[in-house]
Formats: sequence, structure tokens, C-alpha cells
Amino acid sequence: MKFGYSIIIVLITTAFIVPEKKTTAVQSSIKASLERGKTVYLQRCMACHQMDGGGVPRLNPPLDGASKVKGNDKLYLVRVIIKGMTERVELDGEYYDNNMSANPDLTDIQIADVLTYIRNNWSNKASAVTAAEVKAARAKIK
Amino acid sequence: MKKRVLFSLSIICAAINFVAANDSTIATAKKIVADPVNAGLKTPAGFSASVVADNLGRARHIVATEQGGLYVKLERLKEGKGIVYLKDADGDGKMEITKTFANYYGTGIAIKKGYLYASSDQDVFRYKLDDKGDVIDTENPQRIVKGLWDKRQHASKSLALDDAGNIYVNIGAPSNSCQEIDRTKGSKGMSPCPILDSAGGIWQFKVDQADQGYHNGVRYATGLRNVVGLDWNKQENKLYVTMHGRDMLYTLYPDKFDTTVSAELPSETLYAINKGDNAGWPYVYYDHFQQKKIVSPEYGGDGKKTSSENFIDPLVAFPAHMGPNALLFYTGNQFPEKYKQGAFIAFHGSWNRSPLPQEGYYVVFVPFKNGKPSGKWEVFADGFSGTGIVKNPRDAQHRPCGLTQGPDGSLYVSDDVKGTIYKISYPSK
Repeated sequence: MKFGYSIIIVLITTAFIVPEKKTTAVQSSIKASLERGKTVYLQRCMACHQMDGGGVPRLNPPLDGASKVKGNDKLYLVRVIIKGMTERVELDGEYYDNNMSANPDLTDIQIADVLTYIRNNWSNKASAVTAAEVKAARAKIK
Repeated sequence: MKKRVLFSLSIICAAINFVAANDSTIATAKKIVADPVNAGLKTPAGFSASVVADNLGRARHIVATEQGGLYVKLERLKEGKGIVYLKDADGDGKMEITKTFANYYGTGIAIKKGYLYASSDQDVFRYKLDDKGDVIDTENPQRIVKGLWDKRQHASKSLALDDAGNIYVNIGAPSNSCQEIDRTKGSKGMSPCPILDSAGGIWQFKVDQADQGYHNGVRYATGLRNVVGLDWNKQENKLYVTMHGRDMLYTLYPDKFDTTVSAELPSETLYAINKGDNAGWPYVYYDHFQQKKIVSPEYGGDGKKTSSENFIDPLVAFPAHMGPNALLFYTGNQFPEKYKQGAFIAFHGSWNRSPLPQEGYYVVFVPFKNGKPSGKWEVFADGFSGTGIVKNPRDAQHRPCGLTQGPDGSLYVSDDVKGTIYKISYPSK
């Protein structure tokens, strides 16, 4: 988690201090992760959560602006992706009817990438998720 | 003398009041002029639309009383109430909230032979109406059905009634295509689909028995994924339903379908239902391009393979994912001849046609003759979304959800985004 925050801090500081001159290794790895994450998003998530991450009122919750998506509970996020969701739960004051797909076949890297993507796309700004974090979370979920 | 003056004054006043009252009646009747913006809707020539009520909450299905009142079922409680009763008491063409009641949310609402019927997502209740169309006892309805499946997905219980003392209740399947794990890539379709024992069909109950349930209800039709629109056609003495077709062909089977096919298939379907019919969900879906029932990929389909099983064919197949949320056979005399006995369908509007633009968000008309479509369907009222192209359903300002016919033959449409009630009329010249 701290590692994730430091990435963002590095990103922000580098963005302001050395914008043109050099692209750090961290930056390029984040960029690559975001791109791979977008591919996963289009295949697995876009149909329900929409291109703009806005979801569908009362059926599929929005990811853009969602407190859970931006939040620090990465274990929760990994669990939702791997296990899907069938319970009636309130999310930011609203209920959603559709079941969430389970995605146990996604690799740790794919889950890290798609989480990093949804946490840093649209209006969202949150720490990146690493494959190591997903691996640790996946072990707890089983 | 003084008394006399007072007396005659009071007579004069009464007379003035009387004239004034009459005048105001005439004046208010005249006040109902056509809405210059046609309620933001595009309707066929000669029709006019107006907003009769607004901001009611999530207005799902609606039903008009014989006296011209309107009951509205809300999907989420507003100030603790789930039914709104509207009346135009002062005759100004706008309806006012007369009463709110019912401590449950839901979709279904209907009137038959002096009773109002309304559903939560598990139960069906009925309330006796008086000769004004008012509910006599809002606090103590009779619960006629209880304990139906409410598993979040497709949980709304739409209602229709025949003239023989039966009520038909949709029990939507809490599933996309009856996979072992719902909506999950690589998860197999269950065979036989166990959901069909308790959902994915229309159940028939008696109107006047308390606390019926699965044990004494009749599974009237099966293989219907989720029916939100249904109506009893009196001319044919038959049930008709509109079904929401399955989602996610591409997301679940990217090796068999691309995003365009997934956006345009399967069809949304309108069926005439006879007792015992099976429409084929989850085993097949309808493809209006091939005009065939195609085996679902969860059951070995590849987009082409057809089924030899005895599933019914739809009467009309609409573009995919548009969400037919209400069905109404027009029995009034106000609209022109071509509309008589025809079907109006409120399309809630799609969400899973991305990356293509969304579709629907309008009311469609299908001409009928002798219980069968007699021509092509057409958009009857459009413009509910308030935007040109809907990219995401949350951009739509209004979404049509319920339909009812007023005693004068006007058509009412409900919207479940802002709770707007539209009235569409064909004024005589």
C-alpha cells in the first residue's frame, strides 16, 4: 500500500519537477500497466460499467467516483474481481441489481493492471495496485 | 331595512359567486391548451403531449382509474411510501398528489373489477376501491401472493389480470443465462436450468385468495428470462408479454461474437402466451437478422446453430437490449383507427450496446389485427432522453417505464428517472 502511494507521489513530483526531460522507470511501468489494464477493462468490464466508468443506474454501479474503487481496501477490490458479487449492498447511497461477474481466471498482473486503470481513469486518482499485492490478497481470499 | 339590504346583498354575492364559479369552470377547461413544447416529445401528427405530474420519484408502472385518477408504483420509497395517487381535482390538466401510501417499493400495479393490485418484489397485495376510484383502506391491503423469489436481479414483479379471476405475475430469472456462476466467462450453462422451477416465467394466481405462493400458484409459461411488460388482450382473451433478452455475448464468448454482434443481439421479443408455453430461455435466444431461435453459447451454440426443441416464436422481434418495460393494448376510441387494438410498448432504453450508441428510450406502436401484428412497428413517442444520442443511460433525463390508458382514451407514460408522467392525446378538431 505504502509502495503504491509512493508511486503516485513519485508520479506527481516527477510530473511537476521534471516533466519533459526524463521518463522514470516507474512512470513507464505505470503507463504500461494502465494500457494493459485498459485492454482487460474493455474485455471484461466495459459492457456493464460503460466506457465512461459511469455504470448503469440501478443495475451496475459506477466506478468513476466510487468511494470503494478509490479507497484503500485493496483486498476488497481484488475479492470483487475474483469472486464477483451477488449480494444486495449499498454503494454510495444506491443499490444495484445485476450480479457482478467472477473473474478467477485473470492473472495477478491482469487484476493489478485493471485495478490500477480503474483507480486512475476518469476522475479517479488513487494508488496503483501491484501484482504482489494481488497475489497476497488472492491467498487470503481462498 | 338593514337586514333586507344584507339579505339582498348576500343573494347578489351568492349569484356572483355562482356565476364566477361557473365562469371559472369554463375558464379552467379552456386553460388546457396544447403544451407548446409537446412535453419535449416528438409524437405523430395530430397528437399532443403534456406533462401532468413531475418529480414523483422512480415511477415504474402506472394505472388509470375509470374516474380519471392515476396510481403510480415507485421503485424506491419516497418519504416512506411506495404508491402515489394522483388526481386532477381542479380540472387544470395537471394532476396533484391526492395520497401516498404502501410501505413497500416495487414495479407492478393494476386495476380490475373494483380492486387495485400492487406488488413488492416478493408479494402481491390488493386494495378495494370505492365508487370514486379511491382506495378505501390504504393501511390494510389483502396480501394475495407472498414469498416469490427476490434475488436482486430481475426482481420486479409485473402484473396483469384476466376477466376470469386470475392474476399473472412475472417472476424474472435472477440470472443472465443460467450459468453455474452468473455472468462469468467460462462458466457452463446449467442443464436443466434449475432456476426455471421458481423463476424465468409467468405464474398464475387467484385474485381473491390470501397468501398464495409457489405451492398453489400455476407456472403458466416458462423460458421467459425477464418480462417487465405484460398485458391481457381482451379481444383475444390472451396474455401477451415482452421479454428482456440476455446480455454479454461478447464479454462471455469473445471467441464466438464481436462487440457489434453483442450490441445487436439478441432480439427483444414480444410473445403471445398460451398456458404451458416455453419461450426457450436460457437454452436459446432469438436472432432477428436470421429470424431464428439460436442455441445459446452456454449450451453449445455458436451464433448459428438452431434448436429443434418446441419453443414458441416471438410475434415481433425488436433490436437488442432496448428494455421493453411496459406493454399496453389500446382499447380506446380517442386515437385514430389504425391504433385500435394495437400495442404500445415503452422501451426503457439500452445500456449494453456499448461501444455503439444506446438505443430505445421511446414508446413504440405495433399495429395489430386479430391478435397478430398487421404491420411494422414504429416509434410513436420519442425524445424522453432529452439528448440526441445516449452514450450512457445515466445521460438520459427521462426513461419510459409504464403505460396506461385513461378513461378518455389518452395514453399516459411514466418515467422512472425523475418521476414525470406524460399524457399523450389526440385532440378532436
